[in-house]
Amino acid sequence: MHNFDFVKPSTIAEAVKALSDGDAQALSGGQTLLPSMKQRLAAPGTLVSLTGIAEMKGVCKGDGGLHIGAATPHAVVAREAAAHYPALAALAGGIGDPAVRSRGTIGGSIANNDPAACYPAAVLASGATVVTNKRQIAADDYFQGMFTTALEEGEIVIEVRFPIPQKAAYVKFNQPASRFALTGVFVAKFGDGVRVAVTGASNNGVFRWTEGEKALSSSFSADAVKGLSVDPAEMISDLHGTPEYRAHLVKVLTGRAVAQANG
Amino acid sequence: MAKLTMTVNGKTVSAEAEGRTLLSSFLREGLGMTGTHVGCDTSQCGACVVHVDGQAVKSCTVLAHDVAGADVRTIEGMANPDGSLGKIQQAFQDHHGLQCGFCTPGMVMSAAALLAENPKPTEAEVRHHLEGNICRCTGYHNIVKAVLAASGQDVSKIAAE
Ligand SMILES: Cc1cc2nc3c(=O)[nH]c(=O)nc-3n(C[C@H](O)[C@H](O)[C@H](O)COP(=O)(O)OP(=O)(O)OC[C@H]3O[C@@H](n4cnc5c(N)ncnc54)[C@H](O)[C@@H]3O)c2cc1C
Ligand code: FES
Ligand code: FES
Repeated sequence: MHNFDFVKPSTIAEAVKALSDGDAQALSGGQTLLPSMKQRLAAPGTLVSLTGIAEMKGVCKGDGGLHIGAATPHAVVAREAAAHYPALAALAGGIGDPAVRSRGTIGGSIANNDPAACYPAAVLASGATVVTNKRQIAADDYFQGMFTTALEEGEIVIEVRFPIPQKAAYVKFNQPASRFALTGVFVAKFGDGVRVAVTGASNNGVFRWTEGEKALSSSFSADAVKGLSVDPAEMISDLHGTPEYRAHLVKVLTGRAVAQANG
Repeated sequence: MAKLTMTVNGKTVSAEAEGRTLLSSFLREGLGMTGTHVGCDTSQCGACVVHVDGQAVKSCTVLAHDVAGADVRTIEGMANPDGSLGKIQQAFQDHHGLQCGFCTPGMVMSAAALLAENPKPTEAEVRHHLEGNICRCTGYHNIVKAVLAASGQDVSKIAAE
């Protein structure tokens, strides 16, 4: 790892100021950034830790849903969101392993937008709002392809606001070596329709399976998606699975998620 | 270089460290506490697990300066005050939960974090909790058995030996 200056501000304003230097980068849980710095894929001149900013931490009920501070570790979400949004808490509790969950944060996860990460599926399926130091971004506009988001240079995620669905579930098909999702599906049923978000499967990163949404909005049952098929054209191909395998998983996992959401 | 202070196993310690110093390097090279092992250095194996303010973390994937002032506990802090093995360590010895011992510091620290949160875990819970700790020797059964025994549960009916 190349050396850098380390700063740890205690307010959002100080962090934004420190990040206005083009050579600075935000550090949250470090579970992705530190390994990439060790590989010298990233080499910021200044690292600005967000872990000391109290206003970016915590889970609370707020306007229209559940507000989660961007620097809140997965373990805290797993614990504190359980009473309000169990599917989201379960997702957080299934990320990686306990030590990863102690450090890794929701803000780091959605800023990174790994195509196999879990949180992007929850954010997109819930129709959540990503609050940054500059603006509020709807989930549908936020994710822009693998490792790509609407965030601009120096812009940081402060909080994510989740509307709470009537029913929801996340089902992840584990890639057992990395513990990321080989494919994962988050299904959320709201009064005005169903949203289905898929991670781990597509070359374009997290996406909404609109055909599945349509079928489930008219009948919220696992059977409703049985007759559908998912186009493998855009699916990821690697040694863990073919595009056809992943396309098949999308459908199967959607059915399982619906069954789980129906309890 | 900047001076860094934290509490390690109840003692306040200070040393100079660069911004890029990992917590694992600070413990091993800065403080000479080599009980914490570094297996992969890529956050995969869990050999380097220590507690930071009571939470299990992979010390190879935490910057030392980011946990300045924290209360850190390592394997060196797991023995009894008289130097004899602590309860979890003793259970690992009694139930053959280690062979080469390389993964053991991380296993013991992860197990301690689990038992602090869940004093009587089921076998499935122990296995789930140790997902991030890799052992190349034991095949895990005796590790799981040791953790269950350390929690005070009867392990005489668990087959593996
Ligand atoms: C062994 C292992 C297993 C894992 N398994 C899973 C899994 O199953 N599912 C899953 O979803 N994830 C998994 N992860 C990823 C992990 O959960 C973290 O979510 C992820 O590493 C990013 O979060 P972080 O807080 O560590 O971010 P960091 O590593 O600190 O940062 C990641 C990136 O985001 C930027 N950033 C951080 N915070 C912000 C912010 N608030 N605003 C703007 N930019 C920001 C950083 O500059 C950096 O570019 C795993 C990681 C490991 C090491
Ligand atoms: S050395 Fe830290 S996880 Fe392997
Ligand atoms: S005892 Fe050798 S790696 Fe676990």
